[in-house]
Amino acid sequence: MIKYVVKRLLEMIPIIFALTFVVFTIMYFTPGDPTAVILGNEYTEEASMRIKQELGLDKPFFVQFVRYVGNLIRGDFGMSYITRAPVSEQLIGRFPNTFKVVAGAMLFCVALGVPIGVFSGTKPYSLLSNITMVIGLLGVSLPIFWLGLLLILLFSVKLGWLPSSGIEGFSSLILPSIALGANYMANIMRTTRSSMLEVIRQDYIRTAKAKGVSQRNIVRKHALRNAMMPTITVIGMNIGALLGGVVLTETVFSIPGTGRLLVESINNRDTPSVLGCLVIMAVCVAVSNLIVDLIYAYIDPQIKSQYSGGRG
Amino acid sequence: MTETNAVRKYSTKKEFFKEYKKKSRLQEIWRMFLKNKLAVIGLVIFVIIVLTAIMAPLISDYENDAIKMNVSERLTPPNSQHIFGTDEIGRDIFARIVHGARISLLVGLSSVIIALFIGGIFGAVAGFFGGKVDGIIMRSMDVFLCLPDVLLALAIVAAFGTSLVNMTIAIGLSFTPKFSRVVRSAVMTVRDIEYVEAARAIGATNSRIILQHVLINCIGPIIVQVTLYVANAILTISALSFIGLGIKAPTPEWGNMLASGRAFMRDNAYIVMAPGFAIFITILSLNLLGDGLRDALDPRLKQ
Repeated sequence: MIKYVVKRLLEMIPIIFALTFVVFTIMYFTPGDPTAVILGNEYTEEASMRIKQELGLDKPFFVQFVRYVGNLIRGDFGMSYITRAPVSEQLIGRFPNTFKVVAGAMLFCVALGVPIGVFSGTKPYSLLSNITMVIGLLGVSLPIFWLGLLLILLFSVKLGWLPSSGIEGFSSLILPSIALGANYMANIMRTTRSSMLEVIRQDYIRTAKAKGVSQRNIVRKHALRNAMMPTITVIGMNIGALLGGVVLTETVFSIPGTGRLLVESINNRDTPSVLGCLVIMAVCVAVSNLIVDLIYAYIDPQIKSQYSGGRG
Repeated sequence: MTETNAVRKYSTKKEFFKEYKKKSRLQEIWRMFLKNKLAVIGLVIFVIIVLTAIMAPLISDYENDAIKMNVSERLTPPNSQHIFGTDEIGRDIFARIVHGARISLLVGLSSVIIALFIGGIFGAVAGFFGGKVDGIIMRSMDVFLCLPDVLLALAIVAAFGTSLVNMTIAIGLSFTPKFSRVVRSAVMTVRDIEYVEAARAIGATNSRIILQHVLINCIGPIIVQVTLYVANAILTISALSFIGLGIKAPTPEWGNMLASGRAFMRDNAYIVMAPGFAIFITILSLNLLGDGLRDALDPRLKQ
């Protein structure tokens, strides 16, 4: 198992490196003069030259890239063109908020999507099952930002139960988590339901029933574990999408997170911050993919035995 | 499982073939599709949306209703004259939604065509040749898959600016890796079938085999993905416009209508209802259509 973890960790490095290269390249070819952004009204030819030299912007593309990666490894994301503070400081300040929202959404998806999916998969023609199917169908098509606005209208404006913006305390996390997670909750619910339906028809379930195992234990011990694989895949695939969606959620709920920082930086043409945000989000996606793969390996005996000499 | 049931329905093989032989494959798919009520609903809604977009100038006047401000009628709730009400500077929301459909569909369709074209080339080459070529192409596509496509599109828009063309290209490029995967796996399933071998035996070139024999036969799964990704592209456009990095006002676009209406929604909730619903119903119709097509094209997948 450790061998597998190490292998997967090592595989991550070239991917992150290549991704940094791609994002850096896109940003490098941004038209316009970055020194004009840095200097603003104080722009003069001389000052522009001086800053270019200072930041190494006059160097060729590859030299700049190598320097950027070198700094990145030491945790230095460069200096923001606008605030002139280190980008890493901004990211450290903002990232926890993003993490909270994503974790909240994740919790919401899994805690609601999986049990409902399991239930409607075991009782496919019940009323609840049909209701969840409709919700699932509608849910996957709901745009995050519209749902966010609707939630604000209902729970903040009309009922006054929950705050509509900010990130103070637990209550302010509820609406953003639901808005961000609803899509994926519907997705997880549908996947769990259909894989549960598939599994419940298998011979080993019939065998278990014939042996006299209780319905509860059949679902918990025999069906669930086998039905979980597609669900975990969907959860894994959605982490990236959640991180993409967080940009929208943070906009709707005015949460000062990485996503908001990204949009602000794009608007301000603050290239180092844009790069920093994109790199940090890409790393997050890579890490969460890794975690999902590890959970996969833990659940799927085939992968496990491959790496533990058949003993696992 | 469903397969065995389907066979079981007919007592003899002869009976089974009698029903299926008469119809061409396309007719059979269409028949399967029509059986799926949700898919038909999706198709009907989508056709209505497309017709609305095409006939937008006949339905309402772009300059006078969708663009020109009319301060005396600002923030009018829905009434007989303005069925969805008017926005913060008095423009008719219905007119703006009708014209907004044009942009969403235009960008949605053309960005998917871009993704299909570029991703299709990479995917077909990777899937057809396999081995090292496949490894190199797919590993580089994997790199892009690590970045959520909204973020990739954002990065491209950030670099090249927010024009309609740039946005289409940005969304198209951000979907390219996914399409290369779809096309690749579709190509791999038909690559080793006899008719490809036969074509090779009579001396057809690789490009001819790919275009004339392989791609034609994996068009089914590709069409399904196209449908689902048009929905995704439309969502991305409105998302980018919503955060202010897409289509800018005064051009009517569903996402930017939501963004500008947001500030007034506390007292005028209707202002965010219609544009959001437009996005929702469009995506829903395409999702239903795509799911229905998938089931019709490959009945084995149906649950």
